[in-house]
Formats: sequence, structure tokens, C-alpha cells
Amino acid sequence: MLEIRGLAASIDGKPILKGIDLVVPTGEVHAIMGPNGSGKSTLSYILAGREGYDVTGGEVRLDGVDLLTLAPEERAVAGLFLAFQYPVELPGVGNANFLRTALNATRRARGESELDAVQFLKLARAALRDLAMADDMLKRNVNVGFSGGEKKRNEVLQMAILKPKFAILDETDSGLDIDALKIVAGGVNTLRGPGFSALVITHYQRLLDHIVPDRVHVLAGGRILRSGGPELARALEESGYAALGLEAVGEDVAAIGAS
Amino acid sequence: MSAFAEPRDPIQAATEGRYKWGFETAIEMEIAPKGLNEDIIRLISAKKDEPEWLLAWRLKAFAAWRETSEPDWAKVKHPPIDYQALHYYAAPKRKPGPKSLAEVDPELLATYEKLGIPLRERAILAGVEGAGAAEVRPDIAPGVAIDAVFDSVSVATTFRETLAKAGVIFCPISEAVREHPDLVRRYLGSVVPPGDNFFAALNSAVFTDGSFVFVPKGVRCPMELSTYFRINARNTGQFERTLIIAEAGASVSYLEGCTAPQRDENQLHAAVVELVALDDATIKYSTVQNWYPGDAEGRGGIYNFVTKRGACRGARSKISWTQVETGSAITWKYPSCILQGEGSVGEFYSVAVTNHHQQADTGTKMIHLGANTKSTIIAKGISAGRSNNTYRGLVRMMPRAQGARNFTQCDSLLIGDRCGAHTVPYIESRNPSARVEHEATTSKIADDQLFYCRSRGLSQEDAVNLIVNGFCKDVLKELPMEFAVEAQKLLAVSLEGSVG
Ligand SMILES: Nc1ncnc2c1ncn2[C@@H]1O[C@H](COP(=O)(O)OP(=O)(O)OP(=O)(O)O)[C@@H](O)[C@H]1O
Ligand SMILES: [Mg+2]
Repeated sequence: MLEIRGLAASIDGKPILKGIDLVVPTGEVHAIMGPNGSGKSTLSYILAGREGYDVTGGEVRLDGVDLLTLAPEERAVAGLFLAFQYPVELPGVGNANFLRTALNATRRARGESELDAVQFLKLARAALRDLAMADDMLKRNVNVGFSGGEKKRNEVLQMAILKPKFAILDETDSGLDIDALKIVAGGVNTLRGPGFSALVITHYQRLLDHIVPDRVHVLAGGRILRSGGPELARALEESGYAALGLEAVGEDVAAIGAS
Repeated sequence: MSAFAEPRDPIQAATEGRYKWGFETAIEMEIAPKGLNEDIIRLISAKKDEPEWLLAWRLKAFAAWRETSEPDWAKVKHPPIDYQALHYYAAPKRKPGPKSLAEVDPELLATYEKLGIPLRERAILAGVEGAGAAEVRPDIAPGVAIDAVFDSVSVATTFRETLAKAGVIFCPISEAVREHPDLVRRYLGSVVPPGDNFFAALNSAVFTDGSFVFVPKGVRCPMELSTYFRINARNTGQFERTLIIAEAGASVSYLEGCTAPQRDENQLHAAVVELVALDDATIKYSTVQNWYPGDAEGRGGIYNFVTKRGACRGARSKISWTQVETGSAITWKYPSCILQGEGSVGEFYSVAVTNHHQQADTGTKMIHLGANTKSTIIAKGISAGRSNNTYRGLVRMMPRAQGARNFTQCDSLLIGDRCGAHTVPYIESRNPSARVEHEATTSKIADDQLFYCRSRGLSQEDAVNLIVNGFCKDVLKELPMEFAVEAQKLLAVSLEGSVG
């Protein structure tokens, strides 16, 4: 279970998150929607432990463990995974090598034996097949020269291999073609079960047609303004944030806007 | 002594783990008095039973050395070196061959232990009589022969017989002077003349050991040849001299790796390496250099002034330098190729890492003399801490280098913001048909890259290593497999604590 209570954070003195309360019980998938610049990626980065944010209040617990005191790699091996909105390129670093290093770090932390190259390749090939990805994806350098859609799929591949207990998908659907969207959604749905929960950040209902969320939250101006069932996402898709009165409120309305 | 050993990965000893070779062996030494003059040179020559011509050659080099002064164009700074305060000769005392390991100086054995040399091989290295005929060790990788230089005298040479069967000569150069005087006399100084530069002249005057390799016509050397060097005696300059000759159609791959004991005084190291490749011959020379770099404050550490040069004398000959430089307080080193034979090929693949207060000024020279000669330069510089890392490279196309080509790629990676990376390319073309291509990049390890790796469970250091190894991949893949693995470990050790 992920519990976020009163989380407030700022960048260079500018408040971005202004008191987020959000609970994702184990086994559930929640969606976060919200206008551009409302703080969705900021929230996911803070959950994953990126530097550069001042957490000015609140706390985050994953299965009771205080996440904010952990280093990013400690959060990762504790079972947290972030699929980046903008995956990062690592020149010269082979995807297979990267994935195996990551997987073995996780396995070590769980007290499991490390996989050698052969064992890993078997596992990775199976994951590639499930995601309808070409084998040569493993030989290429991490995200270097990948198309936008390939980068997103590569994030899902990593998730499939690392098998986190809590995943955050930050606009993983943007840039995906229709077939890829279904495949990626399939990748998330395969993990769904009593030991897995996720936060799916998206702008579009079409992803939520495939990954049906247990709850939908609207984040605007650094606050959760409304929460509801899957029907809330459909209402947003039809009318937009403004019509539902879900624009950002507070001092920096103008800056954020509801375009 | 017929030295026979199971081949092993010699570099493992030199590169494994963190800098753990900070020890010094208190073996009985025979040390020449401090200072450099003609008498000392005569002493060295006499100690080695050298022929008259070599003594004359040394004395000429010494005269040339006195005429020149230290080069001042490199981007390195150090207090003046007092050449008269150094010892120029030190040899472990020779006793009659011990009958078993029990008779071998325990200090020497302890040194081997620290270097991680397998038991059986220790016996061979220590000159135990009859060592080498015993059991086969399946755990040791086949295909590597070692010539260990322990201080100034090669303690032992292994694998001679297998090589001898193929007609390959691989021995200490002092032995080559005795056993193969014609070859040595023909080639010594033919690539790096005794008066070539200040440090080469110094080396020519006082060199005490090094390796000699001769691969005769048409022979592919059956195994990779390897030497590792250690500096052991306090205040003893090291002046190795290596000479490698590949006759027409021959090929050889040579590995050099070194470690040095930790100490507080700066140590001078001025080696000369000469390579000669005749028609269709190939020489691949790989180095992993790990001399003591000094402590985190920059105290101590080796001054490494090296002259390495290969002559592609024959048509279609090829010389390839690959180096991973992580050690030394100062590195001054420009492995070069003289591309004389038509269609000959020169390659330089380099990774130079500097951390803390290290200074490296390194690069290459590609001198294109012949038509259709080709050279490739891939240089990767990594700077961390307060270090300075300079790539200095010369590509010269001479008037007869019709259709010659060069491609140069220089990449610098900065870790932190107190280090420096500098690229100094010199391009001279005297042939309009020759083509020179130069690409250079400078980048920093981005916080985003580190965070991305860490968010996948990698520690900060593993993340840095992964990114650094990725950056160096084009060079590391040129190293022989087992060497590459060790080089990767070495990069990790060298950059420990450089981020965060
Ligand atoms: N490093 C930074 N420096 C300054 N401002 C930042 C930084 N990162 C984010 N912000 C600001 O914080 C606000 C929230 O950004 P964030 O990326 O979290 O939005 P988002 O909800 O993910 O938007 P989108 O839907 O466009 O992805 C924006 O106003 C953004 O400009
Ligand atoms: Mg975002």
C-alpha cells in the first residue's frame, strides 16, 4: 500500500506540490490526470527519489516504509518502479547489460541469486515476446536513437523484467501507436494482482479503456482536486478540466492555465 | 632454466580490486650509488656483461641527454626532478637457484602472494630448479606468456619453450643482447633514436631491462605475450626498454600491465617501447597502466614519461596501440605510428582516466609517409576530482602520402566541476589528396543519467561505472577479452568516490 499524506514540495522556493493526500491500497491501480504543469511528474520524481526538490511537508510510506528517507536505489530494490515520461539515453550502455545489472541489484536485495548472462537472456527474450518487441532491442544502447514509442516500450520492458510491487507510469501512453498502447496496457495488466499496485499518469481515456483503474484522481495546481471511479476520467475526456471546475486554484492559476 | 608454466591471466594481479599494491619488498638489493654520470653507465653495462658497442651506444645517448632539457610543452606541472638524487641500478641479489619454494626468500613469495600469482607459477618466477614440470592447472586461462620484470632485472621468463617451437623469441632484453646481438643491434634505436627526446635519451643511457620480442617471417605468435612491471626499490627510476619486431607476414599481440607500491616520494619512470612491422606484419600492443597515482591530496605517485613508437616499415603492415591509463601522478605518453609502408595502417585506442590531482597529457602521433596509409585515433578522456586530462595528437600527411586517410575521434567526459579536459589536435597536411577527419566532444555525466540508473536499483558508483564504461566502449572492445574485463574493474576503482 502506498500512502501519501500532506506531501508538499517546492523547486527553488517555488511551491509545486501543495499538500497531496493519496492512498493506493495494495492490488489497486489508480490513475492521475491533470492539466500540463500541474505537478504530476514532480510527484512521480519525488516518489522515486530524484534530487532537486525541497520536500517541505508530509510523508510517503510504501507498505509502512518511509520512502522519503531512502536513496533512489533503495526505493527501487524495495519494489518501486517509475516509468519515465522522458526516458534517459545512456550512450554505449547496452540495454541487456543495463537490464541485467538492474535486475541483479534487485535480486541481491531480495536475497535471491544473481542471474548469469544466459539465464538473463532467456528471461528477457520471454519478456520481449510478451511485449511484441524485437530481440535487437536488447543489443541497442539504452534509449539511444530509440523512437518515442520505442522508449516507452523499453520502460515497460524494464518494468516487466524487474517486477516491482508498485509502479508509477508517467504518460507511458504518449507517443504510442494504437497497437503498442494495447501491448503496453497488457504489460501492466499482466502484473496486476494482489501483490501489485500502480499509479498511472495519463492525459487520455484511451489508455484507461485498456487499464481500467480502480480510482481516478485529478491533480491540478499541486493538489488533488477530485477523486472518483473510472467514470471521472470519461467525464474529463468529454468536457475538459475547465468545464468541471478543475482548473488549478490559488496563487499561480495564471502560470498553470488549463489550455 | 627452462621455464614452463601454465598460462594465466597476468593482468588479474595487476588490476583487481582497489589499489592494493601499496607494499614494498625488503629483499636484499644491490644498489648503485645515487646519481648519473659515465661511471654509473659503465657500471650498469658491466653488471649486464654488455658488449662494447652497447656501452658506446649508451654513452652517446648520455651525451645527447646532457645536451637536451626536459620538454616544457605538455600541460603538466611538477617540482623539478633532481636526476642526480636517483639510483639508476638496483638488482635483487642472485643466489644459486633454490631447490624448493621453502628456500625462496619469503619476502619475494609474499610479494607474489599479494600480486595474486598462483603457487606453481611463484616457483617458476622465483627460479626454483625443476619448477614447471608438474601438474596442469585447469583454472588458469591458456594462451598467455609472461615476462615478469621485478625491479630492474627480469626475475624469470615463462613459456619460452612453446614460443621457441614457433620460432618466437620472447626474453628480457639484456638476455637478447647476449643471445641475439645481431637482431638487437640492427633494431635497437631504429625507431626511437637514442637522442630522440630528453626522456628517451635518459632511457637509452641507463635502461636496465625490458622485453625483447622477435616473431620471424610468416609466424603468427601462438599466444599473447605479456609483461607486468613493478617498481620496487625506493628512489629507483625505472627505465624499461622494449623492442618488438614482426617480420614479413608475422603477427603478435603484446600486453603490458603494471602496478607499483604506494609511497610518498615521487618516482620517475621513463620507458621506451619500439615496434617494427615489416611487410604484412601486425603488432597489437595493449597497455593497462596502473602506476600509483598519489594519494587523494596528490602526494606521491609515479611520474610516467614514456616514449612509445611503432614503425610500419613494410607494405600493408599494421600497428595498433590500445591503452587504458588510470595510474601515475603524471602521464606523458604519445604512442605513435610511422606509416612508411604503402597501405600500412596505424591505430590508437586510448582511455585516460584522471582523478584527484592526477595530470595526464597523452595522445598519439600518426606520421603518414607512404601512399594509401590509414590511421584511426579513438581517444576517450575521463576527468574527475581536481585532475587535468589533455589529449594531444598529431596527424601529419607527408608529400608522398598520396590518398592517405586519418579519422580522429576525441571525447572527454567530465565528472564534477573542478577538473579539466583539453584537446590539442595538430594537423599538418602536405599532400592535397590526403584526408583528415577530426571529431571532438565534451560531455558531463548528467544527473538525469545517474538518477535513471539509480531508479533501476543501481548504486551511485555502479551507475557511474556503467556510464563510464559505456563511454569507453569503443576502446575497451579493442582489448583482448580478459584484459578488457580487468580494465573495466580498474576504471571502477580509479573513479571510486568521484561522484556524490
Ligand atoms: N526543475 C524545475 N525547475 C523549475 N520548475 C520546474 C522544474 N520541474 C518542474 N517545474 C515546474 O513545476 C511544475 C510542474 O511540473 P510537472 O513536470 O510536474 O508537470 P506535469 O503535471 O507532469 O505536466 P505534463 O502534463 O506537461 O507532463 C511546472 O510549472 C514546471 O514548470
Ligand atoms: Mg509530466
